[in-house]
Order: sequence, then structure tokens, then C-alpha cells
Amino acid sequence: MNGVEYMTVPADALRARCQQLVRDQGRLQMIYAWRDADDELEVRYLCAPAKGRAFEMWCCKPVDGRLPSVADIVPLASWYEREMRDLFALEIDDMPQSAPLVLHEGASSEHPPMEPAHPRGQALTFERSEWHAPEIAANGDVQRLPFGPVRADVMESAQFIFYYLGESILHYQPRLFFKHRGLEKRFEGVAPDLGTVLAERVSGVGSFAHAWAYCRAIESMADAGIPPRAEVIRTLLGELERIYNHLHYFAHLASTTTLYVGDAQGRLLEEKAKQINAKLTGSRFLRGIVVPGGLRRDLALDGDVLGDVRALADEAAEYLQHLESTPSYMDRLIETGVLSRDVAYDQGATGPVERASGLDRDLRRDHPYSMYLDIPLEIPTDDRGDALARARVRAAELKQSFEMVKRLARLNLDGPVRTDLTVPALGAGLGWVEGARGSLYYAVHTDAAGRLARVKIKSPSFSNWRVFPFTMHGGDIMDYAINEASFGLTIAGCDR
Amino acid sequence: MALWTLFGLRAGRATTAWPARGDAHGQAGVLGMPRFDADKCRDGCRECADVCLPDAIQFRADGEPALDIDYGRCIACQLCVEACPTGALTASNDWALGVRERDDLRWRPADADANNDDGASPEQKLAAGIRRVFGRSLHIRHVDAGSCNGCESELQALNNPFYNLHRLGIFFTASPRHADLLLVTGTVTYAMRDALQATYEAMPEPRWVLATGTCAVSGGAVGGTYASGVGVDPILPVDVYLPGCPPNPAALIHALLMIVGRAEQHMRGGQLDD
Repeated sequence: MNGVEYMTVPADALRARCQQLVRDQGRLQMIYAWRDADDELEVRYLCAPAKGRAFEMWCCKPVDGRLPSVADIVPLASWYEREMRDLFALEIDDMPQSAPLVLHEGASSEHPPMEPAHPRGQALTFERSEWHAPEIAANGDVQRLPFGPVRADVMESAQFIFYYLGESILHYQPRLFFKHRGLEKRFEGVAPDLGTVLAERVSGVGSFAHAWAYCRAIESMADAGIPPRAEVIRTLLGELERIYNHLHYFAHLASTTTLYVGDAQGRLLEEKAKQINAKLTGSRFLRGIVVPGGLRRDLALDGDVLGDVRALADEAAEYLQHLESTPSYMDRLIETGVLSRDVAYDQGATGPVERASGLDRDLRRDHPYSMYLDIPLEIPTDDRGDALARARVRAAELKQSFEMVKRLARLNLDGPVRTDLTVPALGAGLGWVEGARGSLYYAVHTDAAGRLARVKIKSPSFSNWRVFPFTMHGGDIMDYAINEASFGLTIAGCDR
Repeated sequence: MALWTLFGLRAGRATTAWPARGDAHGQAGVLGMPRFDADKCRDGCRECADVCLPDAIQFRADGEPALDIDYGRCIACQLCVEACPTGALTASNDWALGVRERDDLRWRPADADANNDDGASPEQKLAAGIRRVFGRSLHIRHVDAGSCNGCESELQALNNPFYNLHRLGIFFTASPRHADLLLVTGTVTYAMRDALQATYEAMPEPRWVLATGTCAVSGGAVGGTYASGVGVDPILPVDVYLPGCPPNPAALIHALLMIVGRAEQHMRGGQLDD
């Protein structure tokens, strides 16, 4: 059904299935728990088998409230398992890591917060308690540097603890989820159309991709087709989102390598991209456009906006060329924050990060949707795995996005941009989009009244934050900011 | 080898003359808070309230008109404009919405309020006057207390060459000890509450607080869950409220200039000055 095959997997067969998946070079994409219509807890494992084959959704019922951990087979499962334990109090046997993930120490509630028994608007009780960083058994030379959650400049909140000897980092421990807003619970009981407005606010700089993936989940549930003109505009807006994000990325990278004119120029290009977004859609973040069934209104893809895009494409190309011919910048990126192919695979890296470590995956090509069904896409990859490889993959994507926008705007199809759709009661749907930072999934369930019963959000940064610390060990303190910038991480989408 | 200095010089000046001169604020096309015309509002119709996710529009059983509109909760999603059958709610490009009193974000009939001062108390006016005389620079400590990162994206834009915030004598600083203004974004999650409080307490007096973005003003669409608060108000005293989802860079600049007494408040009773 709609690119997803649903299948029941008994709890005692789960580990064998995971082993088989790994042998077949498949990928686990997401795990989530929910309470089904019979009020039974169920855990769903979203898997991508070999390329070109439909996603598999394994539906698995815990036995006596317990499931076996699969994190020793598929390491990236660890975060999902810890999340389910925090939010649903699901017991998982033999977890390799068992510390809380999403809920901080000191947070408590009478019922697990994602269970229906916990009222939606009721706050957690929270008592500040001492958090203990891992002990490092070493002599007194090891220094410990806690950093955050309030960080310098204008940054998202998170805490990082460094253990280092001289310049060399021994251990890096990120502590995320300070920004956890309980968004998945916020969706519950909301009308499906209005859910789009919430999806736009999960991660501001991924507003469009989130809303698009959410709408695709609703559309797959309603089995609705989208008018071609709406598909063209959606795809174009998705690429515009990639453009302003990638331009921001290069400015940030120039800033961390202390290339001040390069930083300023990158920020100016990003600003121009955002102003184009505003003129086209009324929102610098491309909000308020997409809705289940198509678009909320038609957009004029006329010469004015296109002229701006063309001019920006030329400026961006020149800018990228300047960066590539700056030895001081290149010097800081080469060999910085190397992510091996194996670690990228095991820990679930996604987007430009995994493609820069030699993994050739992109949902736009491997599970195509919208205009990507018709327009072939060259997916840039690199196998060096360092900060330079990540920058080069993004540079190639940026050029391609400009070409896509020009090409899509020329199509200029006529017709409506919205179809009416009926969202079924007790329905389920999966939506996916390859955003600027990687793969993004929404699994959506409706209740008996056709309102949202469960919305699971998997943002690309949830994967890439899990991967990032693996590139730190043995690295230098002075390269940290460059490495973090080269990952292009956001925190809001990860924390939700 | 790239000659960045030459490249920069060749590009010329990118900075807008706004707000000192001209109108190049860079927000062409940006949709802001919908305007409300009570005369066109039809009794008993509640279509706007039904699509308002953050409850910025609430239906009142008694009174005239039957709607309560709170721009401090509005996320400018435009759904009410699309739902309104009579044109009582219309799309606008209104964005300079920073106010000193939370109540000024709540809509009330224009003539019901003869008090047209700038909303500042005598103490605030005196303090603003002193600031005007003794110093025009402003140092900001930003705290993300649980945002979607949209506000951060726009705050980072303030330092791009187009807005070039430094030219106005306004700077972001890493240390709360050097800061005059605490700029808070986000709904204030349970996990950020203590860190926010600690940052405020580390600041020397006099100090100001700017609740930035609808989440920080009221919690907006995503506030009030098990993990999310309902804005800065219940935790710290707020000097200026700036809703917006997110507030665009020009709105941010206006609110910052309001803090240092170099810009006037434009919104009263949920309506902009003409």
C-alpha cells in the first residue's frame, strides 16, 4: 500500500528479522510505539530493504509489556528504544545503553507522558537533580569541560561535555533534549488539516520538508492523488528550502574557519534566498503553503522570482568557487571529523553526512515521490568522510537544486493545486521526504473520529546527532566548531 | 587563490539604509498578523476560531463583537483569513508589533481607548531618557528556551550584511555579565527553565527582557504540553513582548530599538498606528 508493506512480526522473531535485514544490507529507519484502537501497545519498526523495494513496517506486540533490544544488531535502534522507555515506560530487555534519553533526570509524571492516561496539557513535575557525567578512569591530566546548555552567540540549547588531554579529545558527551517540547503529544486530537501547522513548527529551517512529509502521510492514508501543478510547486519549494539551508551551511563553515568575508557573503546569499521565499510564498520559511491534498493557494512562478533565482545561482556558483580556491579554508576541512562508512551505516547517518561517507542513498531517488518520479537525479557522493567531503556533497547538491528550480518553474503546468480528500477514521499512513539534512519520516494514525491519534516524527538530525560524537574521539578541541558546522545539525528537530 | 577582500569590496555595500532612511526593510511579501474589522464580523459565525490552533481567536458567548483576538498567541498561519466568510479578517504585512504591555496585543475597538501614549510608565520613560543620554549601545544575551530554531535563524540573520545590526550599536554577547538585555525565544521547556533563570540572575542591573516570538510571548501553538511551558511571563518580568512566528529581522530590529528608546511602540489594543 503506497510504497509501504505492513507485516506482523512476533516479538520472539524480532531479533532474527533484524539480523536478516543487516545481512541483506537493508536499513532500519525508525521505531515508534503507539496504543492501537484496542488500547494495546504496539511497536512499529520501519525498514528500508534493498533499493527500489517498498518500505517494510514491522508491527510487533510486546509480550507482558516487554520486548528484546535489537540495538546490539542494529546500533541505531538504541536511541529509539531509550525514547520508548522514557515516554511509554516500555520495558526493553538487554539494552546496551539504558540511561534516559528524552526525559532529563528529575522529570517525572504519574503516567508515562505519551500514554493516553497522561492528560495532554499536564506538565511534568521536575526537580533539578545533579547529572553525573561518565567517569573517565585516568590520571589527573584529563580535563573536563562542560559547555552549555546556554551557548555563546545565537545558538540552540544543548549541553556538551568534553574530556581532553591537551588538545586531544578523549571523550565527547552531548546532552540533548533540553528543547524537548512534547510535540508528538501536541498533535493528538488535532484535525488532520491543522496538523500541518504544527509540523511546520517542529524544525523552523525544515518547515517545508516537515509539512510536506506530514501531508504525504495523510495523503497516503486517504489514498489521494495530488494535482500535477501542486506537485511541481511542492518539489520546487522543497528545493528552495535546500538552497537557503545549504547557503547557511557554507556561511557557518566559513565562520568557523575564520574566513570573515566568506562568512558575510554566505549570510548575504542566504538572506537573498529567504527574501525570494518571502516574495514567492509570503513566508521566509516557506510556511503556510502546503496542506493535505495539495497547496493552500496557487503561486505565480513568474519571471520576477525566477530572475532572482537565476542571479542567486550565479552568485552562489562564484562563491563556492572562491571557497574551493582558499587554501586556509580547505586546510581546516581536510581530515577533520572523519566519519567512516561503517560507522555511518551502523549509527544511521543520513543526508549529505552519509553520502559524504560513501553511502549512496537518497529518498528522492530510492523511494521517489512527487516530481522526483519523473525527473532523474544524480546523487553526489564522496568517500572521504571528512568535513571537506561533506562540504563538497552539499556544494554539488546546491548547484543541482538551482537547476531543479529553474527546470520545474519552466514546466509551468496549468490546473488546480488542491484536491479534496477524506481522511479515514482509524487510518494509518507514512510520509517521507528527503530534506536538506536527510531523510524525514512521519507516521500518522487517526482515531475513530478521524482526528490525529498518534504522530511519530523522525527528523534527520535525530540520526545525525547520534552519529556525530563518533567523529570527535581523537580529534582536536580547536577543530570542534568546524566539525559541528560541517554536520549542519539542528537541535529543534531532534528534540521535538 | 581567492582574493576575498577584493571580492568583498567589489560586491559593494549590501547594507540597507533602513530604518534611518528609505523603506528597504527586506520584508516584501512577508505575511504578518491578520487584521480584524469588527464591523464585517457576522454574529454566531465561528469559523476563524475553529481553525485557530493556538487559540489566538476565541469565541465569546456574550459581548460585541463575539470574538477575542490575542495577537500574542497568533502564529500568522493565515488559516483564519482563509476561513473567514465575510472578510472581517484580512491578510496583512503588519509586523512591527513589539509592545510593552501584554494587553496591547489583545484586540479592542480603536475608539474604546483614548489613551494614546506609548504604553510606558513614567519610570520606563525616565529610564528610556537616561539610556538615550548615556549610551546608545545594547548588548544582548540570547537564550533559546525551546524554540523551533526559526527565531534563531532570523536572529542570526541580523548580523548578515543586509541588516548589519552592529551599525545600530547593538551586539550579541556571550556573557550574561556583559548583557543589558535577555532575549528569550521558545516556550520555556521544563529542562531550560533553571538555565534561563540562572542567566537572568547573572546579569547586572538595569536589565531588560525581550520575549521574542509567539512561543516566548504565550507558548503559541506548541506551548502547554507535558514538556513545554507557556512563555517567559510566568518566570521572568518581561519588558517588551514581540510576537511573530518567527518575528522577521525588521520586526526584531524595531523591538530592539524600542528597548533602547530609539523607536516608538506602534501597536495598541491589537491595532497598528496609521
